[in-house]
Amino acid sequence: MMRFFHQLASPKYFYRFAGRLIPWLGVLCLGFMLVGLYQGLWVAPTDYQQGDSYRIMFIHVPAAWMSMFVYMVMAGAGAIGLIWHIKLAEIMAISSAHIGASFTFLALITGSIWGKPMWGAWWVWDARLTSELILLFLYLGVIALYNAVEDKRTAARATSILALVGVVNIPIIHYSVEWWNTLHQGPTVTKFDTPSIDLRMLIPLLLMAVAFKLFYAVVVLMRARVEILQRERNSQWVLDLGDST
Amino acid sequence: MNKASLLSAFMILLRRDLTLAFRRRAEVINPLLFFVLVTALFPLGIGADPNQLRAIGPGIIWVAALLAALLSLETIFRSDFEDGSLEQIMLSPHPLSVLTLAKVCAHWLVTGLPLLITAPLLGLLLDLSGDAIITLMKTLALGTPALSTIGAIGVALTVGMRRGGMILSLLVLPLYVPILMFGAGAVSAAAAGLPIHAHLSLLAALLVLSISLAPAATAASLRISLS
Repeated sequence: MMRFFHQLASPKYFYRFAGRLIPWLGVLCLGFMLVGLYQGLWVAPTDYQQGDSYRIMFIHVPAAWMSMFVYMVMAGAGAIGLIWHIKLAEIMAISSAHIGASFTFLALITGSIWGKPMWGAWWVWDARLTSELILLFLYLGVIALYNAVEDKRTAARATSILALVGVVNIPIIHYSVEWWNTLHQGPTVTKFDTPSIDLRMLIPLLLMAVAFKLFYAVVVLMRARVEILQRERNSQWVLDLGDST
Repeated sequence: MNKASLLSAFMILLRRDLTLAFRRRAEVINPLLFFVLVTALFPLGIGADPNQLRAIGPGIIWVAALLAALLSLETIFRSDFEDGSLEQIMLSPHPLSVLTLAKVCAHWLVTGLPLLITAPLLGLLLDLSGDAIITLMKTLALGTPALSTIGAIGVALTVGMRRGGMILSLLVLPLYVPILMFGAGAVSAAAAGLPIHAHLSLLAALLVLSISLAPAATAASLRISLS
């Protein structure tokens, strides 16, 4: 078992392993997403207050969850890379950054579309919107730093530190913004004992959340494979790869 | 050769940085001028209605202080990086995090403290009440050292780059958000006659947190940037 993990940490094995994993995860992701969307758009009942426009939630909420989850993964992978000098962890961290930024952007856009009929404005300086916006800036900072440093090894280590600093700051930012101003509807799913949400709405929401997680897994593996090829482009196994095709 | 203790190393570095800053006075004064100018631009841009100025004054002064602090950040490590003394400092047997803290202290003394002293003047320009001005000084006294310590991480990450300034602001400004909110919030609350203890406590907490954690991150970033 340990041997498997040791092998996996080497870029060469990871490249092959990820290549085999991607199609399976992709099919699974597509399945969850289709079922989730069907459930969400046709089966789930209309909200008594918000009408049909609440259905954007099935994109918005998973995207918002993912925006934070991916940041945690990025910082965690960055910490592993910094502490144990595992190249693969650095690659995973930096591959996550763009995807996380996209999820954050998606959450902001869908939230804005949802907010227009509900609050009457495209944008309000509400607590969670603001902290999501700052999260987007944190992601963009990570990406900008990575692009600015010439040597990619150094760049990955520098961005890992920045991601860790960001992780310490995210709860601080979150709560400071919360105390500053809030208007957003309270969380409806985290209260596990009595969720204040209809089961027929909850199921598609969770399905979509799983679909988004799988989507992230597929894309991050793809990006990591590209990153590995770029970094190892002078090593023998990559050259062999080019010869065989 | 006798080895200096950690405290004396700290003090030597502090004194050296202060001396250097004193010999390059223009660099110290420029951020201050920027602070005053930016604040003075707002009444010109949005009109001189005293009620309006009083309402947005705290925010304007805080944002201007934040930008001035950001502009002056690069001086923490830049010149030492260029003439190679930063590498010499890193070779010292003392923990790098404490030494970076000495540099940050010196930086705050030459850039943060002047902001603090000028702020009441700007408060008068924007027609803030006496209570609000005293609160403004308190929040700046708690907030600007935190700005310097957190900013040092960003500078350490970008010190090797030729044009790090733009990226530095992208890295650091999101991290400044809580300090800005509580700082400006406290002044607004004081102007409205509300209690400000919560704001001040939170600012103090942020300061303690940043002083205890940020130097370690700064040291690690310097090692990576200079490796």
